[in-house]
Amino acid sequence: MGQVASAWDGTEVGPDPVQLLTPAGRRVKHPSFAADVTLEEVRGFYRDLVLARRLDTEATALQRQGELGLWPPALGQEAAQIGSGRALTSADHAFPTYREHGVALTRGVDALELLRMFRGVDHGGWDPVATGFHLYTIVIGAQTLHATGYAMGLQRDGRVGDDGSAVLAYLGDGATSQGAVSEAFVWAAAMNAPIVFFCQNNGWAISEPTSKQTRIPIYQRARGFGFPGVRVDGNDVLGVLAVTRAALAHAREGGGPVLVEAVTYRMGAHTTSDDPSRYRDPDEVAAWRARDPIDRVRALLEREDAAFAGLAAAVEREAEELAERVRSGVRSMPDPAPLDIYDDVYAEPHAALERERAEHAAYLASFEEVS
Amino acid sequence: MAPQRSVGGGATGPVTMARAIGMGLRRALEDDPKTLVMGEDVGQLGGVFRVTDGLLKDFGEARVIDTPLGEAGIIGTAVGLALRGYRPVCEIQFDGFVYPAFDQIVSSLAKLHARSRGRLSVPVVIRIPFGGGIGAVEHHSESPEAYFAHTAGLRVVSPATPNDAYWMIQQAVSSADPVVFLEPKRRYWEKAELDLASSPLPMGEARLVLPGSQVTLVAYGPTVRTAIDAAAAAREEGISIEVIDLRSLSPLDVDAVEASVRRTGRLVVVHEAPVSLGLGAELAAQITERCFHSLEAPVLRVGGAAVPYPPARVEEHYLPDVDRVLHAVDRALAY
Repeated sequence: MGQVASAWDGTEVGPDPVQLLTPAGRRVKHPSFAADVTLEEVRGFYRDLVLARRLDTEATALQRQGELGLWPPALGQEAAQIGSGRALTSADHAFPTYREHGVALTRGVDALELLRMFRGVDHGGWDPVATGFHLYTIVIGAQTLHATGYAMGLQRDGRVGDDGSAVLAYLGDGATSQGAVSEAFVWAAAMNAPIVFFCQNNGWAISEPTSKQTRIPIYQRARGFGFPGVRVDGNDVLGVLAVTRAALAHAREGGGPVLVEAVTYRMGAHTTSDDPSRYRDPDEVAAWRARDPIDRVRALLEREDAAFAGLAAAVEREAEELAERVRSGVRSMPDPAPLDIYDDVYAEPHAALERERAEHAAYLASFEEVS
Repeated sequence: MAPQRSVGGGATGPVTMARAIGMGLRRALEDDPKTLVMGEDVGQLGGVFRVTDGLLKDFGEARVIDTPLGEAGIIGTAVGLALRGYRPVCEIQFDGFVYPAFDQIVSSLAKLHARSRGRLSVPVVIRIPFGGGIGAVEHHSESPEAYFAHTAGLRVVSPATPNDAYWMIQQAVSSADPVVFLEPKRRYWEKAELDLASSPLPMGEARLVLPGSQVTLVAYGPTVRTAIDAAAAAREEGISIEVIDLRSLSPLDVDAVEASVRRTGRLVVVHEAPVSLGLGAELAAQITERCFHSLEAPVLRVGGAAVPYPPARVEEHYLPDVDRVLHAVDRALAY
């Protein structure tokens, strides 16, 4: 990993988003933030971005084929997710919404584990402790409070300061209207908790544009709560990496919370049940397509990396393998057994529930006796 | 340095329920450095009912946390602290103020163990002073237990005596599951000896308070005292009533109630909460299903009306009292 070379002083940055890589793939300098990364790291980000998009495309297709119940695409948000996910250390902990598929891959969550809840075989199939990546939270904004509490736990564990850890709480533009998010901001500020709130402003909360949620830019919300907000180009993986790294460093060292607003765009539907043609202008979508997060990294590498053609081919092969593994893995995922629903409702035995389980088991067994 | 234990073995002298809960919390804080106490005014003030009095001084502000004023924030951050290995005991100041936290309790706290297929545990305790009878303004007298007992993943308990309060708060803290701990606030100042010598009943079990032969009277929290008083009054008229203190509402110790009803043949359930779709309705259904042929009368319920909790000057007509309990007992005996 490159060193944190940002000179950010912990104050608000905006409204122009921090950008270190233009849509044309040109590196640009910013007075406060720098992505001091090696070419090898950029090649790694390219791989991350392509694999995240391939997973997304494949999952969308599987939903259309009836193999998944639902899929919330992250199409277009890959740079925001890979840049922020790669800014985390293994000791940090992330609290996602339900759309952080790219982040999940950076945390080592297996694609098939990620798809279990969308297949409908459980409500969260990965190990949140081993991965440092909490389960998806579908109730909008609720996870920001869990993340803040976890950060309070880090403080009590003496994990703030030199060699400290931090929490990264994901949220969307719609979530900023939720009371839970305001309470999380209040708590984080009052406790000076080591947490970064990472808002992917993707322009739309299902059918409602961000203008329905807020009169001021989202990063400015932090002002009233007493901590800094930083706006970054969410389709620029290097900008997102630099800003998130600096924000996490600020939090780890005891500087308190930071709000990062990553300005991006939800290229797909809210979920596979949604029809965005009913509420948004195709010209807007086309304009954002021209700011694609992968294209700009490809343009950069084509210029700076003599071995890029080989990398592109290898990543393409890997993406195809991932897609094939996802296709076959989802189709062969077994349904849970009926009585599994009684497992893990309580950590300790609960007499009333055990009685219900026994009655259900007896009912099921009565069919076996007949046949 | 660990603070001195305020409770060893032996007699304590009469202790109020409020004090007993505070003593239990002190033990829980001493026994496990991961135990935290958090909520509005729990630190410097010692809580609006003084239950947590003295804890801040002895355990410090990292463990006894005066939080910002927001119930969703209290429970939501407690979930996060639990995920980091802590055992937060949250105080919700009054029953009617728990609703802003309802989403965090029902959708996050109650479900996380199941959602993670047992990988995560969230041992959070939510203390709620509940029930009426103290002449309070609105939102300070409610009985929200049915919402929580209806929610899978939560345990719900309510002590009726100082001794149970002392032990059950410690059991709640050491439970691996989230526990809603309902404190009958109008009984906070009733005193009794604590029994520090015998081991306490498991948290999920009901207690036979008074044996009797003709009617089983089931109560919990604030109405246990009402039931005992009703049984004493009935005895003077030659009626023998058995009183059971449920103590736990999830799980519900239906076995204990069933065993009693098989002897008495009659069941009257008493609670402050509205009877409609309440704990009494659940007990009536389960007892009817389990021992229909032992019943001499339908299961009767005495409790609140299906109205918003009434203004203080008329609450005595809403709350179950000895006369209303005895009226139900008479009806049960008349079948």
